[in-house]
Amino acid sequence: MATPLSLKELSKKELLLTAGHRMCAGCGAPIVVKMALLAAEQPIIAANATGCLEVSTCISEYTAWKIPWIHNAFENAAATLSGVETMYRSLKKQGKIDKKIKFIAFGGDGGTYDIGFQSLSGAMERGHDMLYICYDNGAYMNTGIQRSSATPFGADTTTCPAGSCNPGKLQQRKDLTKIMAAHGIPYVAQASPSHWSDLVKKVKKALAIDGPKFMNVITPCNRGWRSKTDDAVKLSRLGVETCYWPLFEIENGATRVTVKPKEKKPLVDFLKPQGRFKHLFAPENEHLLKQAQDQVDAYWERLLKEEAFAARQE
Amino acid sequence: MGQNGKRVVAVTGNEAVAEAMRQINPDVCAAYPITPATDIMQRFTSFVSNGKVKTEMVLVESEHSAMSACVGASAAGGRVATATSSQGLALMWEILFIASGTRLPIVMSLVNRALSAPLNIHGDHSDGMGARDCGWIQLWSENAQESYDNMIQAFRIAEHMDIRMPAMVCLDGFIISHSIERMEYLDDETVKNFAGEFKTTNPLLDIENPVSYGPLILTDYYMEYRRAHAEVMSKVSKVVLDVAKDFEKISGRKYGLFETYRLEDAEIGLVVLNSAAGTSKDVVDEFRNRGIKAGLLKPRLYRPFPYEEIGEALKHLKAVCVLDRADAFGASYGPLFMDIASGVYPHKNGPLLINKIYGLGGRDYLPEHAETVLAELAEIAKTGKVKTLREYIGVRE
Repeated sequence: MATPLSLKELSKKELLLTAGHRMCAGCGAPIVVKMALLAAEQPIIAANATGCLEVSTCISEYTAWKIPWIHNAFENAAATLSGVETMYRSLKKQGKIDKKIKFIAFGGDGGTYDIGFQSLSGAMERGHDMLYICYDNGAYMNTGIQRSSATPFGADTTTCPAGSCNPGKLQQRKDLTKIMAAHGIPYVAQASPSHWSDLVKKVKKALAIDGPKFMNVITPCNRGWRSKTDDAVKLSRLGVETCYWPLFEIENGATRVTVKPKEKKPLVDFLKPQGRFKHLFAPENEHLLKQAQDQVDAYWERLLKEEAFAARQE
Repeated sequence: MGQNGKRVVAVTGNEAVAEAMRQINPDVCAAYPITPATDIMQRFTSFVSNGKVKTEMVLVESEHSAMSACVGASAAGGRVATATSSQGLALMWEILFIASGTRLPIVMSLVNRALSAPLNIHGDHSDGMGARDCGWIQLWSENAQESYDNMIQAFRIAEHMDIRMPAMVCLDGFIISHSIERMEYLDDETVKNFAGEFKTTNPLLDIENPVSYGPLILTDYYMEYRRAHAEVMSKVSKVVLDVAKDFEKISGRKYGLFETYRLEDAEIGLVVLNSAAGTSKDVVDEFRNRGIKAGLLKPRLYRPFPYEEIGEALKHLKAVCVLDRADAFGASYGPLFMDIASGVYPHKNGPLLINKIYGLGGRDYLPEHAETVLAELAEIAKTGKVKTLREYIGVRE
């Protein structure tokens, strides 16, 4: 029977990513993984791209995973899981397996937006029954905070360091969530660990659908964001409340914003507590702050229009 | 239908490999097209589309994803096969090590082709040689018959419980992959029984007994894992010979770690892989007719390389030329030469060795090339003097 969606009920479920893993204190990634696995009603097999989550959860001879789990390489979590899922279908067709199993791939933004993009795109196009969850912390954190195509505009990273000539990253983030939606897959969503109920509902919904699904989850990294160790949930909430990280879903092409902030906070509320944006607050960089706010406003307005368009179609 | 359910057919190398795959009937195949291997998967997917196999295909967007999906499928717990060539193998390279390091018995046919640049689609051994140290078992094949026979045996070898390592079966691009030859097919039931049921070990799909694949292992244990891999490789030769014995029972065809041709009493000899061995054997016969004791050795199991056995087989010769269809670009010797030299090294009175690089990018290897080389060897055997240790042949200088 399905677990009712209350923290009390969820807390009775077994955690499938155990304590004792070696993620940094205050990391958002294990929170996201635990929430996703708590949401699952079905047996899950997971694949993991190389990255923080992978290197910290399965250091031989230990594993923090209580479910079958496979790590292959950095850029191929989706392709690897597509092989697992295909073997499942083959053996099921042959009557060698009867259980219903669901498949989740976890990758950071490096393994998803960048080096694993082709593998992800291919797996989604082929229609494998899998949910790909990107824990997006906005840089290559595992190798020491290098720029990725998910790094936000203006951020200071170790490969686009803010200096006297360059004020951090000069480009906007790649809009991967929309790119995945453009694959025409049945379900795409953005979520945040600050909004656990929204995140859990989305994972449940995704797992109930047969076929390829993609979720992008903002995942604070206090090492890379240069923020307080215990601010992961607070910062991801600010991401949502400033509309930097809107919570929405695109189901069969129809966009729905699932959480609308009562009052849209200024972007600086999200940027200020993070050391990676410190340089933007220097007087000479005021125009960059404005540019960043304009980008967020434009995206949010477009999203609301897309939602309104979908509503009219119904 | 011929004797004992054997079918005599006229087919291309690719067709023979596809037929072997149909008869083996893997659970999953993941592949990406590349010349000259494309034809294998075209034929195989038509078997899938017409219900001739139970296989589920993963028609991926690159060879990197092909091998990645093979790793996932194999770890999931079932029989997995694929095919590739040249740039495709190069793109898979990263995952080749992961397949072998994870002990996954994937079988892949490699239609040997030159590597870019410059772009060239024809047969040479640069691709297979580039992957020789990836921890895979490599079987090399002279013709369509050997490609077919090696494919069937490769599953038994790779999946053997003492081994559980991936295996690639090499055949020359176009020369074998696209040429029609007379050969014999075994009947479906015989192949099915020979291959047997796939045995799983720690399958990912066993939800009741969760396992983690692909851990991080640092300085504390990495070396022990590599040592264990080396240990497994040392057991492959015996399994290859055992499987060959069983295969002889169903086919009447004998296989070893390598083939020797008129080598027992030879004074001079050629060592050559794959299709060029056929041409070379004809020329060896001509030299024998002239009273010159020529012979040939053709490696079959190239990885792991049977150094001791090959050293024993060559030690009585006076002069040997190793023909390499790939260069190692160290301004030194070709890859096959270096392995043969290592095998011969312990024998103080072993043969004088020379090395010729031939046939790159599909350049024809002609009988006259073998004649020139054998004449040179005859001279070396007579005088004990080597003029040129290593050179390109059949090339404009």
